Amino acid sequence: MAAAHAAAAATAGPVAGGDGAGRRAPRGRVTAVFGRHPVGLLLAAPYAVFVAAVFAYPLGFAVWMSFHDYFFAAPGAVVDRPFVGLDNYRAVLTDPQVRQAFGNIGVFLVINVPLTAGLALLLAVALNRVVRARTFLRVAFYVPYVTASVAVVGVWLFLFNSDGLVNRVLGPLAPDPSWLVNEGLAMPVIAVFVAWKQLGFFILLYLAALQNVPKELYESAAVDGASAWARFRSVTVPAVRPATALVVILATITGANLFTEPYLLTGGGGPNGSSASPVLVMYQRGIQQGQPDVAAAIGVLLVIGVLVVSAINRRLLERD
Amino acid sequence: MRRTLPAALLTVALAATAGCGGSGGGDAGKANAARGPITVWLSNNAEEVAWGKAMVQAWNAQHADQTITAQEIPAGTSSEEVIGAAITAGNAPCLIFNTAPAAVPQFQKQGGLVALDSFADATDYITARTGATAEQYKSPDGRFYQLPWKSNPVMIFYNKKVFARAGLDPEKPQLATYDQFLAAARKIKSSGAAPAAIYPAPTSEFFQSWFDFYPLFAAETGGRQLLDGGKPQFASPEGQRVAEFWKTLYAEGLAPKEKYNGDSFADGKAAMAIVGPWAISVYRDKVSWGAVPVPTSTGVPADQVRTFSDAKNVAMYSACQNRATAWDVLKFATSKEQDGALLTATGQMPLRADLPAAYPDHFAKNPAYQGFAQQAARTVEVPNVPNSVAIWQAFRDAYTESVIFGKKPVPDALSAAAEKAEQLAAS
Repeated sequence: MAAAHAAAAATAGPVAGGDGAGRRAPRGRVTAVFGRHPVGLLLAAPYAVFVAAVFAYPLGFAVWMSFHDYFFAAPGAVVDRPFVGLDNYRAVLTDPQVRQAFGNIGVFLVINVPLTAGLALLLAVALNRVVRARTFLRVAFYVPYVTASVAVVGVWLFLFNSDGLVNRVLGPLAPDPSWLVNEGLAMPVIAVFVAWKQLGFFILLYLAALQNVPKELYESAAVDGASAWARFRSVTVPAVRPATALVVILATITGANLFTEPYLLTGGGGPNGSSASPVLVMYQRGIQQGQPDVAAAIGVLLVIGVLVVSAINRRLLERD
Repeated sequence: MRRTLPAALLTVALAATAGCGGSGGGDAGKANAARGPITVWLSNNAEEVAWGKAMVQAWNAQHADQTITAQEIPAGTSSEEVIGAAITAGNAPCLIFNTAPAAVPQFQKQGGLVALDSFADATDYITARTGATAEQYKSPDGRFYQLPWKSNPVMIFYNKKVFARAGLDPEKPQLATYDQFLAAARKIKSSGAAPAAIYPAPTSEFFQSWFDFYPLFAAETGGRQLLDGGKPQFASPEGQRVAEFWKTLYAEGLAPKEKYNGDSFADGKAAMAIVGPWAISVYRDKVSWGAVPVPTSTGVPADQVRTFSDAKNVAMYSACQNRATAWDVLKFATSKEQDGALLTATGQMPLRADLPAAYPDHFAKNPAYQGFAQQAARTVEVPNVPNSVAIWQAFRDAYTESVIFGKKPVPDALSAAAEKAEQLAAS
């Protein structure tokens, strides 16, 4: 009987007056469709439209393209774009160049992500302690991040060319073939370049995270006789773990979308394709060679790969 | 509701996507007969822009109701990509005086080009102006989607001062055979006269083979294209000889494997370069140069050597509404008078059958261009086949692997690339 009363009350909604009237909105049809705060939906609508237009639509379009024999055509041109099932995916997965590009990006991520996260954390900790010239140093680390890749690539070419500064310093120890034409070294050089270029942004993320670490933890650890390294390992690293998860995921996503650096630094993915990235191959197939359907299939596989790697990263880094 | 709204948006987007694809289209016959203002794009080479502006001014002065608006081709990674995007967007101009023959099959597939022989006098005009060479510019369906406009027949430029320093004859260099070329290259390198004998771009872009392998392949085969009737020719004994020649240059360090950021020939980093007559005005004040035909294995006489044309043509794009005017402009811009103006302004060779005879005064005054003018009659174009760019990329990848980096035997790499190219040409 009590249950029946409760159900009836729930169906009828809140009664006027009483304590509940001031806290709960009326449950009309508008509320049922748009929730308790329709104005929130209104405020979010422009962004939702933006996401639908610039993300959901292209993504859906790309998936659609990858299942069709699709090519770009002039408006009004009568062209046939039949459904081809998994043909584009089959073509992509059996293409040695695409497989090589995914392998290359694996090499890149294995070098770049730990390097980025490790260096960014160490430099952020160091910068957090610097008293003098703090602003100058932070800006100095941030400048490469905001400088166009095209501009800084020129500097790295000057450094890593056969007759570049690095080889002149190394003398007989210089690698042969040189860095950017060496199949084993081209991608590592790019990975280091990207780590250096993006370090400023990730340092900022860590600096923000470090502000939230209670000083009492360091003081307690110091009182207990913990060394600087022990304090870093036992206090700082666990305290910034959410930031580390963010850094690793962002670095992974950025790295998986690598294009400019191999295009400019190694002359279009050389030597012998050893620095070609999936996005570079997408560009070649989709734009240069007029096969946007194949390029779309590469893109879809890349998105799936990045999602899987990011999920694994998140699971590993955010678990308690 | 939380899940329904995004799902609905995605569904609408996909439905809209599936719905697009295009149909209908304008009335081609009506557009072909229509006259009125048109737009054209010019290359962004300063000399060509100057010629283009003068040509437009001359036309506009006589056709107040059919004026031309000209602009440089919008900036992009390459003009082919810009044009491809413009076709898709439907905002391509009527004429583009910078259409690469290798991209024509792709533009045609996109429905972006107007078949020029849909104009009654087009075939006669093209063949009368260009001669037998015009056949190379026909599409597989036998129609002209491009008007052969100008070429830059590729030859070997050499630096006379570097040759002299290396103990080589700067006036009559021995560069006709592969053995002679290699001997000269080794002497240049060992003497320290220049860091490199020759420095073609060793990078992976599909078009780079037009400036190392292809000119020599054209010469070695007596004028064969990369594909003949859809069948790849580059894995032939001739193609292998050319590839092995370049492989020797790379293996001995006579040609560097690393990209050079700049002009290696103008900067004195290389003793030789493979370039067309556009380079004459560029190098005039920088290098004391000479030019000879590309080498062959047996030393084919200079007056018989074939080479790559490096042509740029004019095409009419399907977005054009006043096509009758566009066709008249095309004929006006490729008339004997305008071709002469182009030759004088840029040094590039109009694709005319009677080139040296048509402008005797120009060649008498500019003897440096004579060799190129004679060579212009013996040029080989890229094959006009479907998936042309993908085929060139497949070839370049194999070339890079086997010739530049020596990772695979030349016959194996070329055979594998030929198999892939044949599939692409057939699809």
